[in-house]
Amino acid sequence: MTALVEVKGLDKAFGGVHAVEGVSFAVEAGQVYSVIGPNGAGKTTLFNLITGLYIPTKGEILLNGESTAKLEPNQLAERGMCRTFQQMQICMNMTAIENVMLGRHLQLKSSLFTTLFRLPALRRGEEAAYKRAADLMEYVGCGEYVGAEASAMSYGALKRLEVARALAAEPKVILLDEPAAGLNATETAALEDLIRKIADQGITVMLVEHDMKLVMGISDRLLVLNYGRVLAEGTPAEIRQNPDVIAAYLGG
Amino acid sequence: MLNRFMQSRLRGLMVLALILIIIPAFLSNPFHYELATQIAIIGATVVGLNLLVGFAGQISLGHAGFFGLGAYFTGIATGTYGWPSVPALLVGAIVVGIIAWVVGRPILRLKGHYLSMATLAVGFIIAIILNNERAITGGPDGMPVPAFEVFGWELSSFGTYSLFGLEISGVQAWYMFASGVLLLAVWFALNLIESPIGRALRSVHGSEVAASVVGVDTAKYKSLVFVISAIYASLMGGLYAHFQGFITPAVASFEFSILFITMVVLGGMGSTFGVILGAVVLKLLPQVLADFQELETVMFGLILMLTMIFMPKGLLPTLTAAVSKRLRKKTGGKA
Repeated sequence: MTALVEVKGLDKAFGGVHAVEGVSFAVEAGQVYSVIGPNGAGKTTLFNLITGLYIPTKGEILLNGESTAKLEPNQLAERGMCRTFQQMQICMNMTAIENVMLGRHLQLKSSLFTTLFRLPALRRGEEAAYKRAADLMEYVGCGEYVGAEASAMSYGALKRLEVARALAAEPKVILLDEPAAGLNATETAALEDLIRKIADQGITVMLVEHDMKLVMGISDRLLVLNYGRVLAEGTPAEIRQNPDVIAAYLGG
Repeated sequence: MLNRFMQSRLRGLMVLALILIIIPAFLSNPFHYELATQIAIIGATVVGLNLLVGFAGQISLGHAGFFGLGAYFTGIATGTYGWPSVPALLVGAIVVGIIAWVVGRPILRLKGHYLSMATLAVGFIIAIILNNERAITGGPDGMPVPAFEVFGWELSSFGTYSLFGLEISGVQAWYMFASGVLLLAVWFALNLIESPIGRALRSVHGSEVAASVVGVDTAKYKSLVFVISAIYASLMGGLYAHFQGFITPAVASFEFSILFITMVVLGGMGSTFGVILGAVVLKLLPQVLADFQELETVMFGLILMLTMIFMPKGLLPTLTAAVSKRLRKKTGGKA
């Protein structure tokens, strides 16, 4: 079985600083795959490389066996990759549900002519997208904001809104960059349930997260980064017993 | 919820139509009608510009260039070559659309001040060409433009027409025509905004990375909205040329570009009806301020400055927010 996401000898240098250096790993379809490591270990850089926001200095990323080197982020989205951001990227000039409907962009193809005259085909597509987006907002747990402006939402709700938007795109793999950052214990527990639900749907989840309890509980495999290099890779049980990881990160 | 949403979309359009019907009650002479017609045509132009500036968040300081190109294309095609008006307007719009696409593709990679400078330059180049190509455009002296004409029927500011047995003057007929065009321009703009294409455009403004990771080809959409707004400007420039009957390169000038962008910002970026209010205010203000004589420009600047300081979101968004706040207070928290 080929891996859904495969990273080979990935290198990213900003000037003289190697944010990511010689990183290789593979994510099988259907897994929950987490990337952990101290601040500045290169986790977000790694996600930005995988989703095409950064161009690697060296190395290669394969999505479903296809090299992503020449692909723009929107072309990666067409191939089933979607993500959320550590620094939330919500369109504050739109309503909450419009942000989620934006996620349906690739599924909603309408010509300029259909749009300008608002022909029935467009209205039907919009109604279906609206309903779907409302369902997704319910699904991620921010259903009460269906009629709200994005700018009126709380921090935790916005984080879930980003997940809903990513899910709206019907991805094969979803990358979540620190989804639990800034959430309280109840919200984190709800997030854990949500990630499980997403994984149960058959969507591959890649996760950057600091919350160890969350990560160890839901991940199938883990990648531990330290100073841009791979410190360890394996199942949660293996990682827990890895002496290097214990020394560098988990502590004593 | 969706139903309410759609109703509110068309409610604005109906209110605008109502206002356009009522306005003639306040217009007492041909000059008033002329002003109202100009406002409608320029209003439709800024509705198009607002798609680019207010919704997609890209600046253009050279839009009068496209307005001027449309005006001159129509003037030359109908005047020099004897084309009928509608083909002249449409072919002009296509030509300007292509020019905008060719120019927009590279410069829309720029952001912020750099994009401002590039669009400014585009406007300047167009104005210079119109000034210098005397043989075709008449140079700085300008050129006459024939009356608007469809299948031998002419719409001239100086004619008289009968509408349901009622005799109306040429400027009155033009006002009705321009009002219809404005309503159509607004309807198209509203349809565009509330659609997948419109969401993609707004997401380019809201968060370009978010747009790209859900599959929006941001470069494509920036070019698209640049072209659409240029086509709006071109069509309105063509109508303006027909209405005025005479055009000079001033229609493509830097001052005109700045006037357009000021209408958008003053009226309310991202508010289709707001930018029309911006056009109304900026066209009427000089008339009202004429009493101040040499202080006119100073007063004009002062009013703009104060509006932007106290209403940074623009006239209409600020006013509607104030009204709905007051309504909420009166009804005890329920609007």
